[in-house]
Amino acid sequence: MSDEADRVRDEFLSESQEIVEALSRDLLLLDHGQKHGHADPDLVNSVFRGVHTLKGIAGMFNYRELSEVANVLEDLLDHVRLGRVTLEQRSLDVLFEGVEVLQRLLGAVRGESHQVDVASFRHAAHDLLGTGSPPTPDALEAYDLDPSLLGVLTEYEEHRLRTNAEQRVPLYRARVRFALSSIDTDLDGLKARLKPVAEIITYLPSVEGSGDDAIELEILLASSTPLAELRLLVGDAPIDVVPLRKGGSQTMPPPPSRPEAGPIVREEAPRPITAPLDLEKRGGEGVEGIALRAVAKTVRVDITKLDHLMNVIGELGIVRSAVGRIVDRLGARAELRQLASELQRIHRSFERHLEALQDGVLDVRMVPLGQTFDRLARAMRQAAREDTKEVRLSVTGGETEVDKLIVEELIDPLLHLIRNAVGHGIERREERVASGKDPVGIIALNAYQKGSNVVIEIEDDGAGIDAERVLARAISRGLVDASSANELDEHAIRQFVFLPGFSTTDVVTELSGRGVGLDVVRTNIARLGGVIDLQSAPGIGTKFTLTLPITLAILSALVMRVGEQTFAIPLTVVQEALFLDPDGVSLIDGREMISLRGTSLPVVRLQELFRTAPSSTARQYVVVTSLGQRRLGLVVDALEGQQDIVTKPLGPSLAGVRGFAGATDLGDQRVVLVLDAPALLDEVLSSEARFLAAPEPARGGYA
Amino acid sequence: MLDRVLVVDDSNAIRAFVRASLEATGHARVVIEAASGFEALRVLPRDRFDVVIVDINMPDIHGLEVIKLVRASKAHAAVPMLAISSEGASKDRERALALGADAWLDKPFTPESLLRSIDGVVEKRAGSIRGVGGEPA
Repeated sequence: MSDEADRVRDEFLSESQEIVEALSRDLLLLDHGQKHGHADPDLVNSVFRGVHTLKGIAGMFNYRELSEVANVLEDLLDHVRLGRVTLEQRSLDVLFEGVEVLQRLLGAVRGESHQVDVASFRHAAHDLLGTGSPPTPDALEAYDLDPSLLGVLTEYEEHRLRTNAEQRVPLYRARVRFALSSIDTDLDGLKARLKPVAEIITYLPSVEGSGDDAIELEILLASSTPLAELRLLVGDAPIDVVPLRKGGSQTMPPPPSRPEAGPIVREEAPRPITAPLDLEKRGGEGVEGIALRAVAKTVRVDITKLDHLMNVIGELGIVRSAVGRIVDRLGARAELRQLASELQRIHRSFERHLEALQDGVLDVRMVPLGQTFDRLARAMRQAAREDTKEVRLSVTGGETEVDKLIVEELIDPLLHLIRNAVGHGIERREERVASGKDPVGIIALNAYQKGSNVVIEIEDDGAGIDAERVLARAISRGLVDASSANELDEHAIRQFVFLPGFSTTDVVTELSGRGVGLDVVRTNIARLGGVIDLQSAPGIGTKFTLTLPITLAILSALVMRVGEQTFAIPLTVVQEALFLDPDGVSLIDGREMISLRGTSLPVVRLQELFRTAPSSTARQYVVVTSLGQRRLGLVVDALEGQQDIVTKPLGPSLAGVRGFAGATDLGDQRVVLVLDAPALLDEVLSSEARFLAAPEPARGGYA
Repeated sequence: MLDRVLVVDDSNAIRAFVRASLEATGHARVVIEAASGFEALRVLPRDRFDVVIVDINMPDIHGLEVIKLVRASKAHAAVPMLAISSEGASKDRERALALGADAWLDKPFTPESLLRSIDGVVEKRAGSIRGVGGEPA
């Protein structure tokens, strides 16, 4: 029973923490909005609701001071959202102070801090409440409102209705029908479309139109956007938007002529969406013209259309490099130098515009990781509840943007890693206390952009991964030869958890590590052109680092030559390139190694690996590739430069060949093979595990 | 002992609290949770409940609308329904009761007051069925 009580209390703590974090975030947004002249009422209401919930749960769990402070803050926010206190710098300061006090009180509940001074916040809030102005006379009376409508509005919704009426913003009722199974996403889409031009006052599920599988909603809207455009925005569902009628004088947009059936007038049948044509016929000038452009800002596009555009841009890039090469050839001939420099100028300008075009299309595809992180946060909470673990999530970088397709493909691997972190990383409370740790585990989710990559880290302060047990498992599964094992460092050993066949379900209980399906995670990340790395220190924690390209559409690649063959390799895995010093190559156990700034780096000659014709070049290069912490040098004959490529899949006859991700056309009729770096590193490194890179000095702490 | 209780609240903590209060005391066999008005709408047509507990202040579809829909549905027209919300917003309270909630319980509440309120709404509904249909409870 007391377990249950602890669990419920954990729910309280984690939810309170989330609320307070959301409050800080929303207040910052409000602050920003206020400085730019628009404080979003939805945001004010969401802050209010957060504080309201916090007050409620703090009261339920007997944290009186927390509940009281939340109460004061709630009063204040109630005045703000009902328009009795204006949102300005002074009131924002007090709100920030209130959230700060809540934060500290929560810290005190967790036993992190002690004295919290709430008096100064109380005074400030009290002063502010004193300045409130009385509510204005009721503008809603001008509308013939269905009494049954008012009956289901909350006090706040009624207030928003009234405020909009006072400000003479036209009110509408929109009728939409959604499948129950997809209502959340459908509604989110609708909200996103309406949000820029309308305030959604409430959703009223309608009893008559709803069945077991679908629900009809009436949405009460306030908007200055013309009706025809609202209809457009509400969109594809069988729907209808009609103005809320006024009883008195007409200041509303002209209502369509039809018999009045009651105070709320509806169209008889959804009209086909012909509004844009109507507007064009009227000339598209003036107010409608401007507002129509506003509609264009929020148009939704099928991502495959963007893929197509991206492909075209990729092809244009190929054309551009071909032109570049012609410029070079022309420049080499004295009599054509004038022509070459003119073409060069045009070429440069083409290049600039092409880059702008590419950036533009890429930007459209970008979505912030925040939503994904919210989903992970929910999954983490659930996993923690199921496993009866106490975990706090700390998130940074939710605003980092990634290609929409990548985000979608990322969700499963990330969910997997989060569940692993909760299930196998974070220890139970007793264990944590016994080892002198904070009783509540922390999982940190961080994202940031690094060049043209996005890095996502999932870090826990749990038990870490015991290298010896990983090794024992790998040997027992025949994944590694016991005799070569003693040459491996712990970091290298831990990477075995990514090997196919390492994990089975019994690993969960048998091993404190996390083998379950990590090979699948790595495969999925690699499919996105990304790499995953693992660092762990027993007793301290584990960190997974995912490095992903920002977009899948275009790949920056290094083009290199081996004998007569040309290859390309994604730049994401290229760390650097250097001359190969033939005297610097040492043979260790029959394998070639070079010394790179004090660490030894295994190298492989692509000419030998791919059995191409032996090269005649005197000078060779080493392309240092890295996949997380694993590194491998590729010995090649020449570097031809960096190029953006669009990878095409290999034909069916070659599809099974490991080591190649596809082929690309470099624009000079040369088709080159694109190396699949993760597969290549696997092939060379994991089959011959002893060639793994020696540990870098920086990893000394993780021994 | 109640068989199935539905609790609709967007707060995990409140749902956990209600579930613990009812399941641990053997007052209900199982507490079904819905974290939003939408989830409630999804659950309702597919199931039968002995008591429905609805929070008023929820995003998107709020509690008043859930109450209205529950009462409008054939299957749940007579289910005992308890509205829970923080004090204040007296209009919300009046409206919840007008729309068909059988009682209103202010947050914060204790497990005891929750159980009392639930017994109250169950009793009230049973009484009204006896009064109208004459069926013994």
